[in-house]
Amino acid sequence: MDHLDQLEAQSIYIFREAFARLKKIALLWSLGKDSNVMIWLARKAFFGKMPFPALHVDTGKKFPEMYRFRDHYGKEWDLDLRVEPCPPIDAVDPTLPPAARSAARKTEGLKMALAKYGFDGLIAGIRRDEEATRAKERVFSPRGLEGNWDVRDQPPEFWDHFNASPPQGAHLRIHPILHWTEADIWAYTKRENIPIIPLYLAKNGKRYRSLGDQDITNPVNSTASSIDEILIELEQTKVPERAGRALDHETEDAFERLRVAGYL
Amino acid sequence: MNMLVTPASPTTPNGTTRPQVRIVIVGHVDHGKSTLVGRLLHETGSLPDGKLEMLKAVSARRGMPFEWSFLLDALQTERDQGITIDTTQIRFRTNSRDIVLIDAPGHAEFLRNMITGASQADGAVLIIDALEGVRDQTRRHGYLLHLLGVKQVAIVVNKMDRVDFSADRFKAISDEISAHLSGLGVTPTAVIPISARDGDGVADRTDRIGWYKGPTVVEALDRLEPARPLEALALRLPVQAIYKFDARRIVAGRIESGSLKAGDEIVIMPAGKIAKIKTVESWPVTPVAGRQGAGRSVGVTLDRELFIERGDIVAHAGTAPRETRRLRARIFWLHDKPLAKGDQLLVRCGPKESRATVVAIEKAVDPGELESSENKAIGRNHVGEIDISLSNPIATDPYNENPRTGRLVIEIAGRIAGGGLVLSVDAGQRAVPVDIVPVESALRPDERSARYQHNGAVVWLTGLPASGKSTLAKALERRLFSNGGSPILLDGDTLRAGLNSDLGFSAADRSENIRRLAEVATHLARNGHIAIVAAVSPAREDRATARRIADTFREIHVATPADVCEERDPKGHYKKARAGALASFTGIGNDYEAPQAAELVIDTSKRTVAEAADEIERMLKTSGVLFDEAVDLAANI
Repeated sequence: MDHLDQLEAQSIYIFREAFARLKKIALLWSLGKDSNVMIWLARKAFFGKMPFPALHVDTGKKFPEMYRFRDHYGKEWDLDLRVEPCPPIDAVDPTLPPAARSAARKTEGLKMALAKYGFDGLIAGIRRDEEATRAKERVFSPRGLEGNWDVRDQPPEFWDHFNASPPQGAHLRIHPILHWTEADIWAYTKRENIPIIPLYLAKNGKRYRSLGDQDITNPVNSTASSIDEILIELEQTKVPERAGRALDHETEDAFERLRVAGYL
Repeated sequence: MNMLVTPASPTTPNGTTRPQVRIVIVGHVDHGKSTLVGRLLHETGSLPDGKLEMLKAVSARRGMPFEWSFLLDALQTERDQGITIDTTQIRFRTNSRDIVLIDAPGHAEFLRNMITGASQADGAVLIIDALEGVRDQTRRHGYLLHLLGVKQVAIVVNKMDRVDFSADRFKAISDEISAHLSGLGVTPTAVIPISARDGDGVADRTDRIGWYKGPTVVEALDRLEPARPLEALALRLPVQAIYKFDARRIVAGRIESGSLKAGDEIVIMPAGKIAKIKTVESWPVTPVAGRQGAGRSVGVTLDRELFIERGDIVAHAGTAPRETRRLRARIFWLHDKPLAKGDQLLVRCGPKESRATVVAIEKAVDPGELESSENKAIGRNHVGEIDISLSNPIATDPYNENPRTGRLVIEIAGRIAGGGLVLSVDAGQRAVPVDIVPVESALRPDERSARYQHNGAVVWLTGLPASGKSTLAKALERRLFSNGGSPILLDGDTLRAGLNSDLGFSAADRSENIRRLAEVATHLARNGHIAIVAAVSPAREDRATARRIADTFREIHVATPADVCEERDPKGHYKKARAGALASFTGIGNDYEAPQAAELVIDTSKRTVAEAADEIERMLKTSGVLFDEAVDLAANI
């Protein structure tokens, strides 16, 4: 078993635990490289069919390429796709800095979708290496009734034993690729031939390393126009993955505040 | 639309083939864990551009001197309070391997976070302040590493600058901790004097510790080995689930130890049922050829239909785990309320869960002090040895025989409250393993079908008491028999008088009642009969279990309105229940869960018995149970 085999086997284990122990789950599909790998892993875990919905909490501000990708692969992969809208910007905490406030719409949209369907588990594609607060996450992460994350009172995870009993009305975030890195995602995408959105590949000296909303995501300088070149670039770069995400740079704790409130 | 990116070259140029080692850094609060981690990241060139400058600016803005620990203590609250709250993971690379550093908090209050981090580690660095020496938390962490099975431990004696780099002070601490750890069966891989803040001994040996000849921290990390594969041990495949998304019935789980391949003879514990692996299924390519080893998440199909549940263990015959209702465990307790004799718990051993009772507490001790010992209860952050009695038999191994299956956790109110190792297993009365090989009937199914003009099936009538299930079942039985078939009535109440007379009306007993009905009905169906089950079977999940057990299952919802049922009340049950004389009676309460996708729904207040029997007969014909007159029997062979 090589490194990618190990990552894959662990993720499949987590998917199967979530499906066995929770009543109503959904996978959050943001259309990016990480959630595409997650869908691939889910199909591996369940032998070709993902037996729960893919939930796209749509800000309406994604790139056209992303919407095309969603509509095409939602069908091709036979997903039970649920597209849920987000509330307008006025409905969001006005004390947040602009980009964080824009991103917080997604938290609100997520809460609305949770209330609508009554999911007790949401599968999310966050990774520990992306960002410091995500590094502190559990694989099964309980959320309060408001979708909030109590970082000071996280339950223990012994070995591969996860806490899977959310209180009535609350839900769990399940993180099947928490242990993957950005380079792992690309190496696996290449090995398994998983489709990607072309925005990740360099054009005119720029590419997107992380895809979010159009208004708060910027491309980084890069000449990597294939996955192989991306992997070489990741070997050498010291630029953090989320460098192109505006909200991470507004204030020291903007991202942490978002996450504690329920953001991914 | 083509979004596939075709691989340009067959090799992956990143370092994913390098060995990866997961290392946890533990020790008493303020002994310098986060500082060491920050320093290690810096020395190995693992920091992103601008990170150091950003943190220096943050420190300056707060009027604080720069600390390496700021790198990891990323959370606002952590920086405000100057402590690490939760475990975090950071990656860096040495010359020979990729290292995942798990930084675990030292604060006693956050011991559960330290366990969460350490339980994933291949090796550990235990840090000790040279001035303060070995403290309670140092000993507690040493004990926990031992309990979690982390055998490679490098000791780092930090803040040597505070003791003037005294070789004597270093030796005293080194002797004390080595004695403590070897008492637990752990031999330190190195004991290293350092100053994490200044960098002595981290990546370089400096003049200030010129007397020290051993490895630096980076060199010591370079020597730790990745987790050993577990393929050499006996096969253990704990079942996570049975999937029936299509024609295949796939037993899914992760191979914890050993290996398997198609054709292997296996035994399913704790029941001891025997089968052969037919295929190893996968996606997108299936089936998979070749042997699958420990660590793989797999799916297998078997050569015969056996009732298998989540939590069962697939093993090879001859090397199966023990089946038990009683075990002794060494546990670490994290819950506020001490664990006492007689406590009711939920125990999880892999995917298997069972209710359990603490029968005895043999030992209880604070691993930070060790001298104090009692055996009435195990307090928070203390360890102990307990005897547990389980309400369901489970299959497990003692930890020293199989570290993967010999682990358990204890849950209270849905949250993990403790966990530890299985020390010994008090195997049940049964011979181990139970070598049950089902004996097949002398007759082939098609021989019976030819005589009865139908296939075997389970016809399951569910509905409120007095909805008309038994009446309908008897009419159907008479009808099928007149046509030359072989129907057999299994009435829930009738079986409760005999086979199930040991069961009451708790949720667990009701589930067991339905499971037994389903097993008997399935046995009859497999021998060509039509088993007509008439049982309230109020729980949807129990009926789903029955459907899983049966090969051919037809569910009929006798959906007579509740007020009609109560008015009929042929057995007088509603009246008694209304008077409070009949506890757990389905019908008055709201505990009947109607089927969502029954093969047929019948309201007996709107149909005569004969009409209803006609409908059932039609359904059985269209769904292939009853044959129309002319049937090409050869097609069924």
